[in-house]
Amino acid sequence: MTTPDQPVVDLDGVRFRWPGQTSDTVAVDKLQIHASEHLFVRGASGSGKTTLLNLLAGIHTPTAGTIELLGTDLATLSSSRRDQFRADHLGVVFQQFNLLPYLTTLQNVALACAFSRRKTERATASAEVTATVHRLLSALNLAPELHSAPVAELSVGQQQRVAVARALIGSPEILIADEPTSALDADNRDRFLDLLFAEVEAHGCTLIFVSHDAALASRFGRSIELSEAPSVRPTAP
Amino acid sequence: MTLLRIALKSARFRRTSLLLTIFSLAISVTLLLGVDMTRKEAKSSFLNTVSQTDLIVGARSGPTNLLLYSVFRIGNATNNVTWETYETIAAMEEIAWTVPISLGDSHRGFRVMGTTSDYFEHYRFGDKQPLTFDGGEQFVDVFETVLGAEVAKTLGYELGDEVVISHGLASAEFADHDDKPFTVVGVLDRTGTPVDRTVHVSLAGIEAIHLDWQDGARSALTIDADQVRKFDLTPTAITAFMVGLESRATTFRVQREINDFAAEPMSAISPGATLADFWRSISAIEQVLFVISAFVLAAGLLGMLTTILSTLNERRREIAVLRSIGARATHVVLLILLETLLVVVAGCVAGVAMLYALFAIARPVVSRRFGVDLGFSWLDPTQLTIMAAVILAAVLVGLIPGFVAYRRSIQDGLGVQV
Repeated sequence: MTTPDQPVVDLDGVRFRWPGQTSDTVAVDKLQIHASEHLFVRGASGSGKTTLLNLLAGIHTPTAGTIELLGTDLATLSSSRRDQFRADHLGVVFQQFNLLPYLTTLQNVALACAFSRRKTERATASAEVTATVHRLLSALNLAPELHSAPVAELSVGQQQRVAVARALIGSPEILIADEPTSALDADNRDRFLDLLFAEVEAHGCTLIFVSHDAALASRFGRSIELSEAPSVRPTAP
Repeated sequence: MTLLRIALKSARFRRTSLLLTIFSLAISVTLLLGVDMTRKEAKSSFLNTVSQTDLIVGARSGPTNLLLYSVFRIGNATNNVTWETYETIAAMEEIAWTVPISLGDSHRGFRVMGTTSDYFEHYRFGDKQPLTFDGGEQFVDVFETVLGAEVAKTLGYELGDEVVISHGLASAEFADHDDKPFTVVGVLDRTGTPVDRTVHVSLAGIEAIHLDWQDGARSALTIDADQVRKFDLTPTAITAFMVGLESRATTFRVQREINDFAAEPMSAISPGATLADFWRSISAIEQVLFVISAFVLAAGLLGMLTTILSTLNERRREIAVLRSIGARATHVVLLILLETLLVVVAGCVAGVAMLYALFAIARPVVSRRFGVDLGFSWLDPTQLTIMAAVILAAVLVGLIPGFVAYRRSIQDGLGVQV
């Protein structure tokens, strides 16, 4: 699907405008992200970060311009094919509340494979899904006794690491992290980032890290600023 | 499969509100099925009360009244039939057998019926079933009695016990025929009809206890039990009588002949046709009940809608997480529909369980108070259809929160702010 020098993510003249709005919520003229790159996207709240994420994840389609992921123009896919594309090739970590409270740690991580045969195949290449999940959780410094615990018993820091495990299982090409450290204190944040980088590198994953906190930018190979949005997206009903 | 597992676990996580919804749906289902089941059970029990009797004859009155007092022991006769008239009609050549009955007295809340041994021979209920004895035998002597199953059970009588009959239908102390007690010589098997709640004595017995009574009160002259036997105990009047014909084809002719009887105003009714008419006349009530239960169901479904719509808010994170790992918007709709289905199926199961529990509790009470035996039966096709309709209605209602969730998951995507 991709040749080595082809960008993993390629945005060209992308505009997004909510119906009824007079200006664009997202305006990205050109953005290319290459394989294994770690990109830091800085944007204040209201700068269209979330909308950009939804565009990259294939949930929204741009009003104008093209978004190509791994050489596939998302606009050419039906919405259910885009959902499947996301299931197969993307991992997502949110700011908080990434986990389903009624599942255990292990079930939460394994759930990512439930919607993607590709991820299941890649996660079971060397061992069973459960074994892979255990390995991944241990690599992210989560003690074995936490693996079968209800997620409510985990600290916020631990929950964020479980979310990283879920995003990385099945080795997707792209990992999108939306303010994953904003609920963590400085110590936890640094340790979280160390583990995140280590695992992202181990999986050969392209990382797109969105945050308002410019102080984090120094840890990334490349950093861009999301232009101030001329309009604010309407609040969801 | 995964989706079903998620739906189950998610529902269990929010079980409190869902259990209440299930319970309210269960009540609607119990009501709907209960109305239908009661109607059918009552009807079959009702229509099975008397069989093989071609005509019931009494003094001139409305057919329903005659039917109610003669068969169901409800209400009173407007007038009596003289013994001469009874003998004249009984002698008609089309008539195969007659069973005279004489009502008016009671024993501790149960009606006393005077009759002859022909009653045990000819009376049929249900599917042509005859009366059978649980113990003992028919009465022979004047002061012997045969009890219905319910009478013996409720009052704890056994063979050989003595029974004092009260004058009239209210059991007042002063109006007891306590000078002439009856001995229990037989107890009948349970029939599920008013026979179970009847104290049977001979016509002669009825005559004997009233020999020294005049106008509903004891006369000055008392005649004791032994002296009574010396009198002619042929009754002067009876309340009604049942008729069996030689040939059913003559039913209408005989009926008309009796209705036109010159010496005395008489009514002859066909019990089957009158039962069916009477049942039709009270079926309006049953329809009203059905409509009420349908409204209760609508309220239950609205309650479910409210609950599921309100849980959508707390589930926004859950849905965003599922979307982030690749769930489609249609998966989200399916998840909501599965939950709806789960709730309504659980509601139906609980409703049926409650229905059978209620029937088990109500059966003895209804049998005692109304003489109508509510049998046990599994859900019939109509009731299964009702249940399927409830489930279908719930799923249709579930499409509303499903649609809301769909719209929201498209709108929110991955970005739900908390």
